Amino acid sequence: MIRINCPVCGLRDETEFTYGGDASVTRPPIDDTQLSSWMDFVFMRDNPRGEHREFWHHVQGCRQWLVLERNTANHAIGSCTLAAGRGT
Amino acid sequence: MGKYSAFSVFRHALTGNRNWQRAWRDPEPKSAYDVVIVGAGGHGLATAYYLAKEHGIRNVAVIEKGWLGGGNTGRNTTIVRSNYMMPGNTRFYERSLRLWENLSHELNYNVMFSQRGQYGLCHSPAQMDAARRRGNIMRANGIDAQLLSREQVQARLPYIDYSQNARFPIHGSLYQGRAGTARHDAVAWGYARAADGQGVDIIQQCEVLGYLWENGNIVGVETTKGDIKAKKVALAVAGHTGHLAEKANLRLPIETHCLQAFVSEPLKPLVDTVISFGGAHFYISQSDKGGLVMGGDLDGYNSYAQRGGLPIVEHSLASAKALIPGVSRLRLLRHWAGVMDMSMDGSPFITKTPVDGLYLNGGWCYGGFKATPASGWCYAWTIAKDEPHEDNAEFTLDRFERGYQIDEKGAGPQPNAH
Ligand SMILES: Cc1cc2nc3c(=O)[nH]c(=O)nc-3n(C[C@H](O)[C@H](O)[C@H](O)COP(=O)(O)OP(=O)(O)OC[C@H]3O[C@@H](n4cnc5c(N)ncnc54)[C@H](O)[C@@H]3O)c2cc1C
Ligand SMILES: [Zn+2]
Repeated sequence: MIRINCPVCGLRDETEFTYGGDASVTRPPIDDTQLSSWMDFVFMRDNPRGEHREFWHHVQGCRQWLVLERNTANHAIGSCTLAAGRGT
Repeated sequence: MGKYSAFSVFRHALTGNRNWQRAWRDPEPKSAYDVVIVGAGGHGLATAYYLAKEHGIRNVAVIEKGWLGGGNTGRNTTIVRSNYMMPGNTRFYERSLRLWENLSHELNYNVMFSQRGQYGLCHSPAQMDAARRRGNIMRANGIDAQLLSREQVQARLPYIDYSQNARFPIHGSLYQGRAGTARHDAVAWGYARAADGQGVDIIQQCEVLGYLWENGNIVGVETTKGDIKAKKVALAVAGHTGHLAEKANLRLPIETHCLQAFVSEPLKPLVDTVISFGGAHFYISQSDKGGLVMGGDLDGYNSYAQRGGLPIVEHSLASAKALIPGVSRLRLLRHWAGVMDMSMDGSPFITKTPVDGLYLNGGWCYGGFKATPASGWCYAWTIAKDEPHEDNAEFTLDRFERGYQIDEKGAGPQPNAH
């Protein structure tokens, strides 16, 4: 069981959250008409073996979107912050 | 390499089984090959076999960081079926099923392919409609499919829950009679022995660390046993695809996720077929040793850890109980996980890459075991001829930018939803 330190609710079980994927991808500006930037955003991932910044939604808690640092090789948890205001 | 036969079993019995030959050699790597395949899972080994047998390319090495068959090939729940309905998938998986039907003879090795049939249960009128559509597409492609009513399912599978208050009532099932299971290790061993017999070097305990480059082209691999030159380098490393692609400066539409499997204590024959539950992602069969073999959902987040978490254990076993209440007091014997190459549309890649000299086989998600023979066959074709066979022509990397995703479930670009 992964336990996530929600900045609003405190330490909670992973079963209260849903996973939102890689938080390092950024949505291109809406007037960006280049196919490649949208391709990158929608489909392409670094998929690292090691440190990963990722979105989690505390759907059965405060309902905030969070950005969690987690190691994909050993599941060690790092910092967890609110996603709001990070500008994607 | 001696041929296996009833006669050879008899002859070796007379000498106390002391004189069996090794099934494959354990060579040191040569300094150069025509083709180096990275990863000795089923796909890498099958590719080597078909390169040699179909295309006469025998100067081939398969390089494996652990032991052959120790990746997802040796960790999967061994379901083989060809009930795919998207163009690009349908004929490919049917090619695979046809190859399975003759595989033990082809390899002179018993892969224990058992066509015990597969039920895809439906729990609502909408699921019945979807099953009818899938079945019709299969039949239009010459693939066997049968739509069964609730009563027909009940006659054949009396032990699942038909009660009025079942959370997911049984409305019927799509049934493929030619589907079934195979012995996963035997598939790796059979292809290894047959490839070795064709002169392929299988090099275990040797990790590929990076590539040898010349003018921006890949011309070999760096390994823990030194540099090995190769005219063509072909990846078949499943969950490790992203890692090795990154070393070739490629970003891929793939995420690595963990998938678990479970085996119960052995019991007398109960499930003589393969059942996929339509209420949750769950499926069950029974091994020849008697254990119930079960699989469920991904853990859901990127992971290379090759071990799963307890929430999915609970979820999968709750599904087992919802489907077959009678299993509630069985104990689990083992559970384990594999690292899956989940692609953004749930379908695989068998293709050249933008880097000259590098070929890609990956993105198999949960479903690559059934693909093993056709994957090797089509990948060998692609490597030998530098162009795809028509059955793997859609498994390219550029399908995403062309808008031609092969999304069997219609789940969108969410690897953990496929
Ligand atoms: C729990 C579970 C259940 C599944 N159930 C089914 C099922 O019922 N039906 C089905 O069709 N499919 C199923 N699958 C999927 C199937 O197992 C895989 O898609 C298939 O076996 C992949 O085969 P492969 O040869 O590509 O990969 P693998 O067998 O994983 O082989 C890849 C090999 O590459 C090696 N490797 C990695 N990196 C390096 C490196 N740097 N250098 C050298 N070697 C390297 C690995 O050690 C490994 O042996 C399941 C998978 C899992 C995990
Ligand atoms: Zn919270």
